[in-house]
Amino acid sequence: GAPLLLNCGRRPPTADSATAADKTNPRGKHCLWLCFRVLSSCLEIFVLCPPLTSDSISTVLAAATITMTLTSTVCFPRQEIMKWNGWGYSDSKFLFNKKGQAEFTGKRYRLSGMVLPSLQDWFENTFGASVNHKSPPALNASAVPPASLNEAFVEDLKATGIPFSHEAEDRVFRAHGHCLHEIFALREGKKFERVPDMVVWPNCHNDVVKIVELACKHNVCLIPYGGGTSVTSALECPPEETRCIVSLDTSQMNRILWIDEKNLVAHVEAGIIGQDLERLLNESGYCTGHEPDSMEFSSLGGWVATRASGMKKNVYGNIEDLVIHIKVVTPRGVIEKSCQGPRMSTGPDIHHFILGSEGTLGVVTEVTMKIRPIPEYQKYGSVVFPNFEAGVACLREVAKQRCAPASIRLMDNEQFQFGHALKPQVSSIFTNFVEGLKKFYITKFKGFDPHQLVVATLLFEGDRERVLQHEKQVYDIAATFGGLAAGEDNGQRGYILTFVIAYLRDLGMDYYVVAESFETSVPWDRVLDLCRNVKERINRECKERGVQFQPLTSCRVTQTYDAGACVYFYFAFNYRGLADPVHTYERVEHAAREEILANGGSLSHHHGVGKLRKEWMKESISSLGVGMLQSVKDYVDPDNIFGNRNLL
Amino acid sequence: KACTPNYSPGRGWPCFNTDPMLKRDGFEDILEERRNSSDLKYALRCYAPVLYKGVTPCKANMLKNIVLQSDQLHYVINQVSQESGEAPDIIQEEASVILEEMAHRLQISTVRFFAFALSKAFKTLFQHVCVNEEGIQRLQQAIQEHPVVLLPSHRSYMDFLLMSYILYTYDLALPVIAAGMDFMGMKFVGEMLRMSGAFFIRRSFGGDKLYWAVFSEYVKTMLRNGFAPIEFFLEGTRSRTCKSLTPKLGLLNIVIEPFFKGEVFDVNLVPVSISYERILEESLYARELLGVPKPKESTSGLLKARRILSEDYGSIHVYFGQPVSVRSLAQGKVNRSTYNLFPRHIPRKPMEETQSFVNDTAYRIVRLQEDNMVLKPWVLMASLLLQNLEGLELSVLTEQTVWLRGLALSYAAFLDWPDHAPTAKVVSSSLALHRGLACVSGGRVSLVVGEPLGPVTPEEALFNRAVSVLSCASYRNQVLHVFLRPAMLAVAMHTAASSKKNEVYNCFSFLWDMFSNDFILCPGDIVQDFEEACYLLVKTGAVQMPQQDIVMTDIGQPTLSFFNGLLEPFLQGYQVVCRYLCEEASEGLTEKQYIPAVRSFAYSVLCVFTGNLRCYEVLSSDMQKNALAALLRGKLPTQKALLARL
Repeated sequence: GAPLLLNCGRRPPTADSATAADKTNPRGKHCLWLCFRVLSSCLEIFVLCPPLTSDSISTVLAAATITMTLTSTVCFPRQEIMKWNGWGYSDSKFLFNKKGQAEFTGKRYRLSGMVLPSLQDWFENTFGASVNHKSPPALNASAVPPASLNEAFVEDLKATGIPFSHEAEDRVFRAHGHCLHEIFALREGKKFERVPDMVVWPNCHNDVVKIVELACKHNVCLIPYGGGTSVTSALECPPEETRCIVSLDTSQMNRILWIDEKNLVAHVEAGIIGQDLERLLNESGYCTGHEPDSMEFSSLGGWVATRASGMKKNVYGNIEDLVIHIKVVTPRGVIEKSCQGPRMSTGPDIHHFILGSEGTLGVVTEVTMKIRPIPEYQKYGSVVFPNFEAGVACLREVAKQRCAPASIRLMDNEQFQFGHALKPQVSSIFTNFVEGLKKFYITKFKGFDPHQLVVATLLFEGDRERVLQHEKQVYDIAATFGGLAAGEDNGQRGYILTFVIAYLRDLGMDYYVVAESFETSVPWDRVLDLCRNVKERINRECKERGVQFQPLTSCRVTQTYDAGACVYFYFAFNYRGLADPVHTYERVEHAAREEILANGGSLSHHHGVGKLRKEWMKESISSLGVGMLQSVKDYVDPDNIFGNRNLL
Repeated sequence: KACTPNYSPGRGWPCFNTDPMLKRDGFEDILEERRNSSDLKYALRCYAPVLYKGVTPCKANMLKNIVLQSDQLHYVINQVSQESGEAPDIIQEEASVILEEMAHRLQISTVRFFAFALSKAFKTLFQHVCVNEEGIQRLQQAIQEHPVVLLPSHRSYMDFLLMSYILYTYDLALPVIAAGMDFMGMKFVGEMLRMSGAFFIRRSFGGDKLYWAVFSEYVKTMLRNGFAPIEFFLEGTRSRTCKSLTPKLGLLNIVIEPFFKGEVFDVNLVPVSISYERILEESLYARELLGVPKPKESTSGLLKARRILSEDYGSIHVYFGQPVSVRSLAQGKVNRSTYNLFPRHIPRKPMEETQSFVNDTAYRIVRLQEDNMVLKPWVLMASLLLQNLEGLELSVLTEQTVWLRGLALSYAAFLDWPDHAPTAKVVSSSLALHRGLACVSGGRVSLVVGEPLGPVTPEEALFNRAVSVLSCASYRNQVLHVFLRPAMLAVAMHTAASSKKNEVYNCFSFLWDMFSNDFILCPGDIVQDFEEACYLLVKTGAVQMPQQDIVMTDIGQPTLSFFNGLLEPFLQGYQVVCRYLCEEASEGLTEKQYIPAVRSFAYSVLCVFTGNLRCYEVLSSDMQKNALAALLRGKLPTQKALLARL
C-alpha cells in the first residue's frame, strides 16, 4: 500500500553503447568513464568496500561487467529520464486526451495510466480555464550564456581525475530549482542571466575535499547541488557573481557506507536520493522513516542543508532529530564530531550551524542517521469534518494528547474537492453505487455542507494490534469534534495528491494556469486566523493586480506539534490577460508571506529561506541573530567560496 | 462619478474628497415616501438584511455565553480573583451581572415600533431627511465583506435613533450602539432603546479591570463574528457647541485591536455626518454651557419635551462616508508581528506605535465627518451676524452672505444652497426658520435676546445676551472647519512682527498648538495645515507669496478681516482666561473650582467693559476648559511675547 510504485527508469549503460558513443562524439569517452564510476558505486554498496580512488578503475571495470546491478534512480546525466523544464520523470505527466479527459501517463505511480474523468470539469470551473486554450512550452533549451572557465582550476581539476562537464545542458539543468519563475522561464525559453560555468561530480568525501581545496586556491565559486528540488531560489546563481561558478553535483556520492544494527544507525553518503536510501535500507529490513514530499528526488545532503521535515515525523522525527553525525567539507577544513553520543552538552550544537545552512558554509558529504526496523503494519485512514474549524480543533486535541499517528493532515474544502477531481474512472457500477451512498450519508443524513466539509488523512504505522488501538483512539477524538471516519481509500488518495501535485502544476502551465505552494509554522491558537487572512490577502492582491479570474487558494495543516502546526498553502490562478504573470505571482506571494509573518507564522517550516525570503531574515531572527550567522560564515568561508548567497 | 483630488486631510490618507456639487446631488429624501405611503405597512414590511459573509444572526443569549466563556474574560476573572481573594465563581457571577446590565437585546418588534413612531415624529419635526444613496450602497457592500464600525457625528439625542431608522429603511443590518448609562435611568425608554440595539456602558470605569474586560470582550465578540455593525460616537458625547470634539480613543482601540491581532482580516470604519439644519437642543445647549445643569435624562422629561414637536426644524442631511479600511491605514505604520510574542487573550496596554496610530485614525475620521457635514446658508449668516453684534442692514447681510458663499465654495465647503432661488429669498427663509435667534426690524437684522419678566440684574441681562450669542455661535461653529486653517494664517499674518514666511509660520504654529483642543487639528499635521492655508489664501487671491514673504494683496482685505473676526472671540476668550489665571487664581486651585471661578471672573470683566470687549463666548464652559487645557500643556508660557502681542 505504499503511495509510490517506483520503477527505476534508468537504462543501464553497456560497454557497447558507450563505445558507439565514443566514436560519434568527443563526450563519449567521458561518458563511458563516468559509467564506470557509477557502476563502481553499486559495487561498493554491496561489498561495503572502502571508497575507490580513480586509479583503481581498471580493477572495477572487470567487476562491473559482471555485476550490472542497478543502484541509483537518478542516473548520471539526469536529463535523460527527468524533464528539463518541468517536474519529475519525463514519462510521467498529466495531459488532456483527445476526448478532453485527463490522463496521467507512465507507469510509476498509482495514478499512472489512469483516466481521471472529473479533472477537466474541476480544472475549468476552478480557474475559468479551458482545455482549448493551450500555452505549450516554447522549446529553446540552449539559450545559455557561454561558460567563463577558470583555466587554472580546470587544469588542476583534470589532474585529480574527478569528472566534470561544461556542456550547456548539464549547466542549465543545475541552474535552477523548482520555483515557479524558474520553471516558467525554462518553458518560455527565456535566457537565464547566470548559470554555472561547469558541473563537477565528486564520487566521495575525499573528492569533495580536493574540489574545495582547488576552489579556494583558484578563487572559484562553488554551489552544492543535491536533488535540485529547491523552491526558494537557492540554486539560482547570483547574477553579480563574476568568478567561475562550479556546480558541485553530489549525486554520485550515493552509497550506504555501513549499517550499525546494534545502535540502529546507518552511515550514508549525502548525495543519496530519498527513495534510494529508503529502498536500500528496506532491503536490509530498515527504514529512516524520513519522507519529505520531495523524497523521490531530494537528497540527504539537501535535507540537512535546509532542515527538512518528513511526513512521518511524528514517529521518526524531523531531520534534526534523525542525524547523529554530520561530516562537512568547508573552505577551512572538515567539520566533524569526535563521537556518536546520542546527546551532548558541549556548548551549542555545531550540527545546528550546518542544519539549515543552505550550502553557504560547505558541502555535507557523509551523515550518520538513525534507522528503524520496517514497521510491521501500515494503515491509511481518513475523517471528514463538517468544517475546517472542527478539523483544526481535532488536530489540536490529538496533538495535546500526543497521540498523533505517523502522519495526520487536514485538507481544507478546496483541497478536498481537488482530491475528488483526481478520482480515477470507476470501473464497476457497484463501486459507483457505494460511492453515491457514502456521499448521501455524509451530506444528506449527517447534514455536512459539501462546500464546507474538510477531510483529515491519516497514516498509522507499527505492529498490527497497536495500530488498531491507536486508530480507535484517534477516531474517538475525531468523533467528539463531529468527525466521521471516511475510509482508507480517501486517506490514501490524499497522500497520492502530494506526489502528483507538482506534475499537475505542469499541466496547469499548459493551459495558462500558474501555481505554487508555500508553507509556514504557527502556534495553535493562530492557525485558523492565519489561514483565513492569508487566503483573503491572496484573493485581494490578485484582484488588485488585475488577475481576471478568481484564484484558487487552499491550505492544509500538514504537521502537528505540541505548540503549533505546519500549514501548507497552494495558490494558483489563470493568468490569461496578464502581461507578466510571473511578476504578478511573485508580488502576490510576497504579500502572502507578509501576511503570514503579521499573523504569527514563521518564515519557513521546512522549505528554507534561499534567496526568495532573505529580505525577512532580520525581522525573523533579529539583526543580532543575522550577525551571529554572518560571523560563522565569515570564519568558515572568508572568501565566500560557497557563494550561492542564500540565507544572509 | 468623477472624483477630484482635493485637499485630503493628511499625508498618505487614502481619501479623495468628492466634488461637493456631485456629493450634493446624490441625496434622497427618505421622508418623501413616508408622506405618501402607510407608516404601518412600512413598519411591518419584510426586513431581511444581508450580514457579514452570510453569518446567521446570533441570539442575544448566545452572544452573552460566548463572552462569558471566552479565554480573555477567564484570564481577567482569575486575575481579579487572585488579587481580591474572592472565589473565581463569585467574580464570574459579577461578570455575568455586568454583562446583563450592559448587553443589548435587539428585538425586531421594538425596531418596528420605533420605525412607526419615528416616521410620525420625523414627519412633524422635519421637512426632509436626506441620505446619500451612494453611501448606502457602499455600506451595504462593506457590511458583507468586513466587520463594519459606524462612526456618526454626535450633535443630538436623535442621532442614534435616526441611524437605526435609516438602516432599517434601507434594509441594512441594524447596528448595536454603545450608549451612555444615563439613558438606562429612563424607565421603560431605556429598555426600549436596549431592545432596539443599544448597549449601555458606564461613563467612567477607569480602574475596574473586570468591567473593562467584559465590555471590551463583548464589543470584540460582536465585531469578530460580524453579527452586527457596531456603532459609537467618537466624540464620546454630544457636542454642545456644534464643533467637533476631540475624539475619545477607548472604543476605537477596542474595535481596531482584533485586526492587529489577526482575528479579523480587516475592519471598515464608516464615518457618518449627521447635519441638522436646526438642532432640537439648541438653547438647551447654550444654557448648559453657561452653567445651567443639564436636565437629567428621564422619561417624564422626554414627555415634557413634546412641545418641540410643534416647531419646524428644517431638514437633516445624513452622509455616509467612504468606508475606511483599517488594514490600508495601518499599512507601514503598525508592525502587526509585534503582537506575535504575547498570548492574545491576555489584556495588554497598546504599544506606543499602536496608540499613536489609533489617535491619528480617530482625528482623521473626525475630519472626514467634518468634511461631509452639509452646511446651510444660515451658518454663513450666523458667522456674519456674530461679527456684527449690534446688527446690520438686511441688504448688507444679503450682500455679504453671497460673498461668503463664494469664498466657502472655493474652499470646497459642502454647502447646500438652494438652486435657482434668488438670494434674498434664501436669506429671508433662513431667517424665518431661525426666528428664535435673529429678527429683522426696520431693515436691520440682529440677534434676538430673550426678554425676562420683571426687573433684571446686569448679570441676568448678560446671561440672556450670552444665550443668544452662544446659540448663534453653534451655527457659526459648523463652518469653522472650512475656514479654520486660512483663518489662523490670517491671524498669524496680522500678529507676526514681519511678513517673513518663517515668522508667520511661527505665529501660525503657536495658534495651531493653542487651539488644538478647540478644533480638530490632526497631531503632527502642522506643516501641512500651514501649507494648505497658504494654498487656499493664494488661490482665492487674498494673499501673495513673493519669495520668503507672505503679504496681503489689494483685494485681500475683506477676506483677511473676516477671518480675523472669525477667530476673535476665541482669542479674546483665551485672553480672559489668561488674565484670570494671572490676576485672580490662587495657589491650589482645583479643576472643580476652576469653572465657576473663571465664570464669575468673566462676568465681572464683561460687566465692566461692555462695549469694547464682547467675548460672550468666554462664558462658555467649553471654551474655559479648552483654554485651560491649552495652557496646561505648558508650551504656551514659553512664547510669552507672542501671547502678549495677541
